[in-house]
Amino acid sequence: MSLLRAATALALLTAAFALMWVSFGFLRDSDANRMLVVAVALLVGVGGVFFLFAATNRAVDWLPERYREGVRPYVFVGPCLVILSMFLVYPVINTILLSFKDADSVDFVGLQNYSFVFSDDSMLRAIRNTAGWIVFVPLVAVSIGLVFAGLADRLRRGEAIAKSMIFLPMAISFAGAAITWRLIYAFRPEEFGTNIGLLNGIMLGLSREPADWLGIQPWNNLLLMVIMVWMQTGFAMVVLSAAIKSIPSTIIEAARIDGASEMQVFRWVIIPSIVPTIVVVATYMIINAMKVFDIVFVIGNAEANGTEVIAERMLDWFFISDHRGRGAAIAVVLFVAVIPVMIWNTRRFREQEASR
Amino acid sequence: MSVTQPTPEIAVPRADTLATEAPGARRGGWLVRIAVLVIVLAWLVPTVGVLITSFRPESAVDTSGWWSVFARPFDTAQWTFDNYRLALDTGGFGNAFLNSLAVAIPSTVIPITIAAFAAYAFSWMDFRGRYAMFVAVVALLVVPLQMALIPILRLYTQGGIVAGRWIIPDFDLGGTFLGVWLAHTAFGLPLATYLLRNYIGSLPRSIVESAKMDGADHFTIFWRLIIPLSVPALAAFAIFQFLWVWNDLLVAYIFLGGSSQNEVLTVALRNLVGARGENWHLLSSAAFISMSLPLIVFFSLQRYFVSGLTAGSVKG
Repeated sequence: MSLLRAATALALLTAAFALMWVSFGFLRDSDANRMLVVAVALLVGVGGVFFLFAATNRAVDWLPERYREGVRPYVFVGPCLVILSMFLVYPVINTILLSFKDADSVDFVGLQNYSFVFSDDSMLRAIRNTAGWIVFVPLVAVSIGLVFAGLADRLRRGEAIAKSMIFLPMAISFAGAAITWRLIYAFRPEEFGTNIGLLNGIMLGLSREPADWLGIQPWNNLLLMVIMVWMQTGFAMVVLSAAIKSIPSTIIEAARIDGASEMQVFRWVIIPSIVPTIVVVATYMIINAMKVFDIVFVIGNAEANGTEVIAERMLDWFFISDHRGRGAAIAVVLFVAVIPVMIWNTRRFREQEASR
Repeated sequence: MSVTQPTPEIAVPRADTLATEAPGARRGGWLVRIAVLVIVLAWLVPTVGVLITSFRPESAVDTSGWWSVFARPFDTAQWTFDNYRLALDTGGFGNAFLNSLAVAIPSTVIPITIAAFAAYAFSWMDFRGRYAMFVAVVALLVVPLQMALIPILRLYTQGGIVAGRWIIPDFDLGGTFLGVWLAHTAFGLPLATYLLRNYIGSLPRSIVESAKMDGADHFTIFWRLIIPLSVPALAAFAIFQFLWVWNDLLVAYIFLGGSSQNEVLTVALRNLVGARGENWHLLSSAAFISMSLPLIVFFSLQRYFVSGLTAGSVKG
């Protein structure tokens, strides 16, 4: 009897997977109507996972009773672990391995890829530029965010709207932002038409010569960093603003009664109380800046303009120049750089759990 | 929104996320107001420039800066919808918009579903290795996705080989929606599991216990009780993940870049810059098409949006 039940359970599962597989076959069919393909994709993608969970759970119900509750947790947690090990853990190990192999991942080449990473001119520029990104972007974004949070806090009206305008660029893509700012930096040499870029418009208004902003090395790097500052300041501002508002008002009042000016209150009371938050915000911005890719990639001509960054080089070597070993080695450099944060995260988590 | 800890808690949306008044805060004078206004204007200029450019005829875009519309803003001859018509139709951005939906919606729902089940198990079920497994999830939070690109692409085109043995068959997923969904699911899963487990694990034990007493099984408790209670956390993560996927260029470029059929908005935008970087009438309208949905989400769901993006900022 229990054997029959187990067989039914297995059949049900197989049927569920087969059904999914047929619909994926349809999605592959590129001649089908686009609307229909998208509709099927949405149906399968949205409903499919839950359907599989429900089917597997039902299959477990039909197992012999003494196994049932021992197996069920793994049904719940299993898909998560399988996907994580297949798409994150295995790849991390694999990438480390590939970084010691040649362009086509056939022969081991020892540390050759790494010596390339730390000697090639373009790579060295990329490392230098990325170092610039991880200093400039967090520093400027956190500073502006902090000042703005402090200012907006004192508005009589319109605090919410002012803040949401600063936060708005967080909603758009790096690609969209890059295009937005290309329009600001746009340049046309003489006899190639009017200069329609805002920055050159201002230059002309001041009767100065228009400039090819994105071609001026090394300052063009700074102009690209400004794009990320524009996008991320809102994040810093919102988090810091929440931290400022959670400072007990008695502390601030006490400082004022002692005769501190508003500037002094901000510098000597507010900022010291939110240092932990500033550290956290800056850390995550550093990680983001370290992996910056889209802005440089969409602005384009990174190598000619000397604006390479590490993540952009990784894609270039792996996808465009077709050298897997070098691409992997560059990825490993990024990975090694975040390992301290990884350790810090897990340590803090264990402390939290222990105190729970 | 307590991001004072390095491992952030999910910020449960509060009505006052964007505007609260600290009791006793001193009001600023006109200097403060002017400073705020200047910063806000500076922040708006780039977006406004693109918006205006996208509604100007090609000839005008090409011969004068977008700010020149302010000279005579009510002259209707200087406004047009042609750029949008062109971008959506011949530019292929209508198609790309549909593809972005087909990528972003499942790539949001799949990780949330899988993570919610896992988070429930991590919180309310007993099994061996529970703690160690969850610590591993926390460790995976900040792994740069660059580490995963090459092996996943290899997995899709030639299967998985470990020590000369095939352990994962070749599913030929390069250029397919399923391939991108799985990749995005994997990249979003550590964060989703972590946030949802923190939220679901903090629900009162008595709720789950009393449901068990009434004879409910785990699946019922999960679906009928825990999911409805977790809506704020689910919504915050959903918005973060949806926008992350919608705005992503790297993953889509790697896994869908080769297929012009399945091209998403960000990839189409990038290709447009590469091919016709000076056609600003087309670029600006295309850029705005790609921004339209995030902006709608932003303005309609601002509370969840802010808490979602803040909680999600730790993603690797």
